[in-house]
Amino acid sequence: MAAKVVTIASGKGGVGKTTTTANLAVALAADGHKVVCIDADIGLRNLDVVLGLENRIVYDLVDVVEGRCRLRQAMIKDKRFPELHLIPAAQTRDKNSVSPGDMIRLCDELRPDHDWILIDSPAGIERGFRNAIAPADMLLVVTNPEVSAVRDADRIIGLIEAEEKGPARLIINRMNPTLVKRGDMLTSADVHELLAIELIGIVPEDESVIISSNRGQPVAMNGNKRAGAAFHNIARRLNGEEVPFLQLDSRDGLMGRISRLIRPGGS
Amino acid sequence: MTAWIDWLTGRKDKSAGQAKERLKLVLVNDRTDLTQDALSRLKDELIQVISRYIEIDPSAVQITIAQDGRQQRLMADIPMLSTRKRKAGKLEK
Repeated sequence: MAAKVVTIASGKGGVGKTTTTANLAVALAADGHKVVCIDADIGLRNLDVVLGLENRIVYDLVDVVEGRCRLRQAMIKDKRFPELHLIPAAQTRDKNSVSPGDMIRLCDELRPDHDWILIDSPAGIERGFRNAIAPADMLLVVTNPEVSAVRDADRIIGLIEAEEKGPARLIINRMNPTLVKRGDMLTSADVHELLAIELIGIVPEDESVIISSNRGQPVAMNGNKRAGAAFHNIARRLNGEEVPFLQLDSRDGLMGRISRLIRPGGS
Repeated sequence: MTAWIDWLTGRKDKSAGQAKERLKLVLVNDRTDLTQDALSRLKDELIQVISRYIEIDPSAVQITIAQDGRQQRLMADIPMLSTRKRKAGKLEK
C-alpha cells in the first residue's frame, strides 16, 4: 500500500476547501479506504471542527515536526470510521513553523500504511500553500461559480503548473441551479471552459452542508443529501471510476434547449 | 456564432454573461502579465520593425491573444500590400 497525496487548494478563502477535504475523507473512508487528513492551515485550524473532532486534540502538526511527539500520537482516530485519522494544525503558531521539506518527510512516513493522504491547504499563495503542495501527487482546486473565486483558482492553477505539480483537477462548489437558470450564475461549463483543467466534481449549494458542519458531521455521512452524493461521486472518480455528473444547471426553457442543440457541450 | 447564440438566448445581457466576458479578459491579463497598454506598444514596435523589410498597411495590423486550453497564443495578422497597390500608390522603381 502506498498512499496517494491529494492537496485541496483554492487561492481564495471561503470557497469550501475544508468542507471538501472533510467530505472526501469521509466518503473515501466509508468506501473502506485508509485515509489520513492533514490540516495545513496553521494558525487558523478548522478541519477538526468540521469533522467534529475538536475535543480530542492533544498534539498537532507542529508538535510532530518539532519532535515533541511521535507521528502516531498526533493522529486523531475518528470513532465513526476506524480507518479515518486527522492530524490537526497548530492554532498558536504560524505557517513558518513548518517547511515544504517537513511536509514531504511527514507524508513519506504516512504513505506505507494508508491509501489516501488529504491535505487541506490554507488560502493564499504564500508559505502555507507551498507547504501544502510540496508532497502532493495530485491537486484538487476548489472554486465557486463567481468572478473572484474563478480568478484566484486560475492563479493557483498557474502556480501549480509552474511548480510542475499536478495534475490539477477542478471542483466547482456551491452551484445554485436557480441562479443558473435565471442567467445570473456562471454555468459549470463556463467555469470549466475558463479554467481549462479536468473537471472532477460539481457540488450543489445545499443548506445541509451548514447544518452538518454545525453538528460536526460532514454531509457525506448522509448519502441522501445532494451535496453528500456529489462528494461521494468525487471520491469514486478519484478511484478511477467513471461517474456521470449530476445535472445541476441545465436550462429548461425553450431557448436553453435550442442553444444546447446548436452548441452541444455548451451551456 | 457563439456570440449570436448568446444574443438569441438573452445570455449576454444577464449577469452570468457579463461575468464570463469580464473573466476572459482578466485571465488573459493575469496569465500573460501583459496589459492592454503594453500590447498596443508591442504592436507599434512590431509595425516599425516589419516596415523596414516589407510594405504593410499599419492600420490593418491586428495583434490579439488567443486561448487554446491553458496556452496563450499571440496572434499577429499583418496584411502585406500587394504589388499593384504599391505601384498605384507612391514611387515606382
